[in-house]
Amino acid sequence: MKSLRKSVNWIMLSIFIFATIIALIPLFGVLGYVVEHGFRALSLDFFLNLPKAMGLSGGGMANAIVGTLIMVLIASLIGIPIGILAAIYLTEYDRHSWLSVGVRFATDVLTGIPSIIVGIVIYTAVVLKMGNFSALAGGLALAIIMIPLIIRSTEEMLKLVSHSIREAGYALGISKGKTILRIILPTAAKGIITGAMLAVARVAGETAPLLFTALGNQYWARSLNEPMASLPVQIFQYATSPYKEWHQQAWAGSLVLISLVIILNLSARFAFRSRSN
Amino acid sequence: MSKKNKFKTSIGDQTLRILTLLMAISVVVLMVWMGWEMFHAARPSIQKFGFGFITGRVWDPVKEQFGALPFIYGTIVTSLIALLLAAPIGLGVAIFLNEMAISKVRTVVGFLVEMLAAIPSVVYGLWGIFVLAPWLRETVQPGLAKWLGFLPLFQGTPVGFGMLAGGLILAVMILPTIAAISREVMAAVPNMQREAALALGATKWEMIRLAVLPYAKSGIMGGIMLGLGRALGETMAVTMVIGNRPDILPSLFAPAYSMAAVIANEFTEATYDLYLSALVEIGLILFGITLILNVFARLLIWSVAQGPKGGNLV
Repeated sequence: MKSLRKSVNWIMLSIFIFATIIALIPLFGVLGYVVEHGFRALSLDFFLNLPKAMGLSGGGMANAIVGTLIMVLIASLIGIPIGILAAIYLTEYDRHSWLSVGVRFATDVLTGIPSIIVGIVIYTAVVLKMGNFSALAGGLALAIIMIPLIIRSTEEMLKLVSHSIREAGYALGISKGKTILRIILPTAAKGIITGAMLAVARVAGETAPLLFTALGNQYWARSLNEPMASLPVQIFQYATSPYKEWHQQAWAGSLVLISLVIILNLSARFAFRSRSN
Repeated sequence: MSKKNKFKTSIGDQTLRILTLLMAISVVVLMVWMGWEMFHAARPSIQKFGFGFITGRVWDPVKEQFGALPFIYGTIVTSLIALLLAAPIGLGVAIFLNEMAISKVRTVVGFLVEMLAAIPSVVYGLWGIFVLAPWLRETVQPGLAKWLGFLPLFQGTPVGFGMLAGGLILAVMILPTIAAISREVMAAVPNMQREAALALGATKWEMIRLAVLPYAKSGIMGGIMLGLGRALGETMAVTMVIGNRPDILPSLFAPAYSMAAVIANEFTEATYDLYLSALVEIGLILFGITLILNVFARLLIWSVAQGPKGGNLV
């Protein structure tokens, strides 16, 4: 009887280890293929040149790399301040009222809705009204995805700031606003930055909200009010095309995109680690 | 402190307070506005087709016929495949990390599982087109057809691209969500529970089964629902491997279409208003479903995170 219980125990524990190994296979599968195929197609040209016409080899994704950086920057400029300010309201001014409950609820809902929905809304509300696809619309769509992520992470970090620090501020006669700006935010700064970096990493890889907002562009966009190329959209278009040369470019683009995302993730982790030490 | 000085600081204080309040309210406004904007844009289609939109099997933009059933079918089937695979594996990962692994392994493996969620969906799609689909076509599907071919699920020509490929890729993508939430709620189980079980002579598995899982059950359900929500709305990877054909076929090998995929593929090609409106209505349905799922999931997770509510140990 006892040995049966023990064998069941070992069988179950092995199953959990097995599940973990299975879960990691796709990670190494995807990373392995992207690195292998991506490196073969990657060259200096890739970073410096515009895409070549269909079917021709060579060319690069310079415009898509810059486009992704620009639209992520627009999204950050809009999303990060709004997210941080809203989180300050939730932790410093009003933790338990019905309004805060409503804001948290809306934050959860926004985190959960599919990103393509954001694309639809920006299309009907911005692209149709302005009359053209634009980098601004793309950045705006990414900002909407970013806001709830920033609120959640910032709120968690502000909650970690101990009450004695707040009270010390008040005890010195410092106003509430100054306590927040000069004492609480700096204390939580590293955590907030970590959250912001993870949010940036997340939106940098988003394709669906850009498909009908920024659209895509084989050339340089001359202004923010024009369609703009981005790495994810370019990868999508190349991957679903019938041309071998474009497939190579898609792998190279994926390698660049994945490197960007992983570097952001790793440095965010590193920043947080050094804080707790 | 002079009166004037006090007045100054209080203006700054008020400004910050009002600014943060406005930003907080803007989040609620944003949510409501998005729903309203979509409802508004979908109204022509809602008025024209009514409930028949959901039950209609024909999607023919040339004849102005729009029925969303093929897309709803494809979305549900792929998401169910994903859940069937990702829920047990994700739970297994969570148990391994929380209850078995030493802290170094936990940090490294935990990070790797999180990286699964960080890989952009378009990269999964690329991998799906050039690695997963050929593998399914040449190895998995002939095997399944040989051994389980008596089931209608595994019949037909193995083409690789289809519901099976979509479901598999979704499984990979929602696994980290399920694992992360399960870990979170299992970490909320008080250690006293575990120690009590061990003190009674339970093996590790018995401890997990009797003390940890019952306690975390509703939270794990919440995690699975959040995973389902992600699967239903996932766009790019599915679009790239599902085959994009609005058919309703029983075989998992068959190409199909999903709600998010049809929006992604046809939105910029919608040449007249009713066509666009029909696509927005599909988006609205998706919005509604994920909203409801999210609310339920959050309630379940929240109920576990609240901690014990009395001694109902089974």
